Amino acid sequence: MKEIINLPVKNVEEEEYHINMGPQHPSTHGVLRLVVSLQGEIVKSLKPHCGYIHRGIEKMCEKDTYPQIIHLTDRMDYLSAHINNHAVCMLVEKALEVEVPERVTYIRTIIDELNRIASHQLWWCSFGMDMGGLTCFFYGLRDREKILDIFEESFGSRLLHSYYTPGGLMMDIHPDFQKNVKAFIKYFRKKIKDYDDLLTGNIIMQLRTKGVGILTKEDAISYGVTGPSGRASGFACDVRKHHPYGVYDKTEFKEILGTKGDTFERYMMRMHEMLESMKIIEQLIDNIPAGDYKAKMKAVIKLPAGEYFQRVEAARGELGVYVVSDGNKSPYRMKFRSPNFSNLSVLDHISRGCKIADLVAIGGSLDYVIPDIDR
Amino acid sequence: MNSFFKYFTDIFYAVKSLLTGMKVTGRYFFSPWEIVTQQYPENRKTLKMYDRFKGEVIMPHNEHNEHRCTGCGICETACPNGSIEILQAKIDMPDGKKKRIIDKHIYHLDMCTFCGLCIKSCPSEAIVWGQEFEHAVFDRSKLTKILNKPGSSIIKDIVE
Repeated sequence: MKEIINLPVKNVEEEEYHINMGPQHPSTHGVLRLVVSLQGEIVKSLKPHCGYIHRGIEKMCEKDTYPQIIHLTDRMDYLSAHINNHAVCMLVEKALEVEVPERVTYIRTIIDELNRIASHQLWWCSFGMDMGGLTCFFYGLRDREKILDIFEESFGSRLLHSYYTPGGLMMDIHPDFQKNVKAFIKYFRKKIKDYDDLLTGNIIMQLRTKGVGILTKEDAISYGVTGPSGRASGFACDVRKHHPYGVYDKTEFKEILGTKGDTFERYMMRMHEMLESMKIIEQLIDNIPAGDYKAKMKAVIKLPAGEYFQRVEAARGELGVYVVSDGNKSPYRMKFRSPNFSNLSVLDHISRGCKIADLVAIGGSLDYVIPDIDR
Repeated sequence: MNSFFKYFTDIFYAVKSLLTGMKVTGRYFFSPWEIVTQQYPENRKTLKMYDRFKGEVIMPHNEHNEHRCTGCGICETACPNGSIEILQAKIDMPDGKKKRIIDKHIYHLDMCTFCGLCIKSCPSEAIVWGQEFEHAVFDRSKLTKILNKPGSSIIKDIVE
């Protein structure tokens, strides 16, 4: 009887335990598994397990010719499919020293920005839903539908377009493209006020995000967090501004930098970026020069032997494409520096000490797309 | 005293922010003309896709059951994942020479990624995008299609 009383009693609240968040959790936005070590409700550490949607895209690129690679890059970060295509196309054009017509660069820049707005709209939907506001999801998708209709009219598909080819475009834009884009911008400038009323000013959302998941500028640089998440910490990393491609050097837009680096700041970065993207489109949409929609390319594209690198600003950060060519029609080695993988690596660092419910908010604000992490 | 006032102003602003959000949803509740939802299966008869819509690859035939495909196999090599197979046949021409024609243009719709490289590379514009998008079937083998119709032949003026 005495022995039973003297048995050590474990204090459950002080003991660490692990739970699996995902791979089937709705707020991880895909098949990402986070092994979270918890003490009570507090996150002690976190281990992301990747690879549930690994398709070996980099290896598949080694058997494909350069025009065929384009359709694989669509399937990495499917929400910024055009921008991924742009990276590979520019790499091939740079390696072959092909001058693309000015019309192509204008159209590409406009479509990239439309794609960025569509991506941020979907992010806003899902972020609102992670915070518990299902209304946001419907309003965001309703406005994204307008962009997808423009895409569908011009390129025939809504999500995975494969519209850019090395040297130009698959086909010319639809005659109604300019009219529809202008109508969309007029429409969306009105509707973005609803976004602010509905979610930005909402007290529940502000209390859940302000001061949560703070990422300092030093950490953002050392972890390689780019895109809106990095700029929220004050890290000036906009490739469009610092290494301009397309016609970004001819347009005026601000690179918006944050100071605090918390979840709310990362939210505001994307809201501001949508406005800046609309400004870029407005400057370009009336000035698309006439001309050919593709440069003359050889039937079989062979890159000269050597190493090539090209980077673009995708919707979630900096996308780098690295190719080692041995002079054949397909690359010897292809490597993608995907923004989401670096952004995911910082999740453990910034979520330590937060509550488990805050982890959903932080993950939502980092805005990761899982197929881009695993590739 | 200051924190006392802040307590009440915080409550005031919190309630105000919630009401602002409610105003947005309330406005849409009372303005049904802004609803953009399409009633999909009901509007099937009037639903029209855009001209450039990528539904599936088809091979148009004219009224004499003739197509434009020469069976050159360029689309087969352009396809990144082998969704197109070309089976060729040889026929005897009246002048004694043998000519290569298309026997079967096999299209695996279940493997197609709709990149459009086959259509772009086709030299005789034999294949185009179709508008059909309802591809759900009960058996996967039904997604393997033969694009040239049985008994069809090539239009006379197409040269390879």
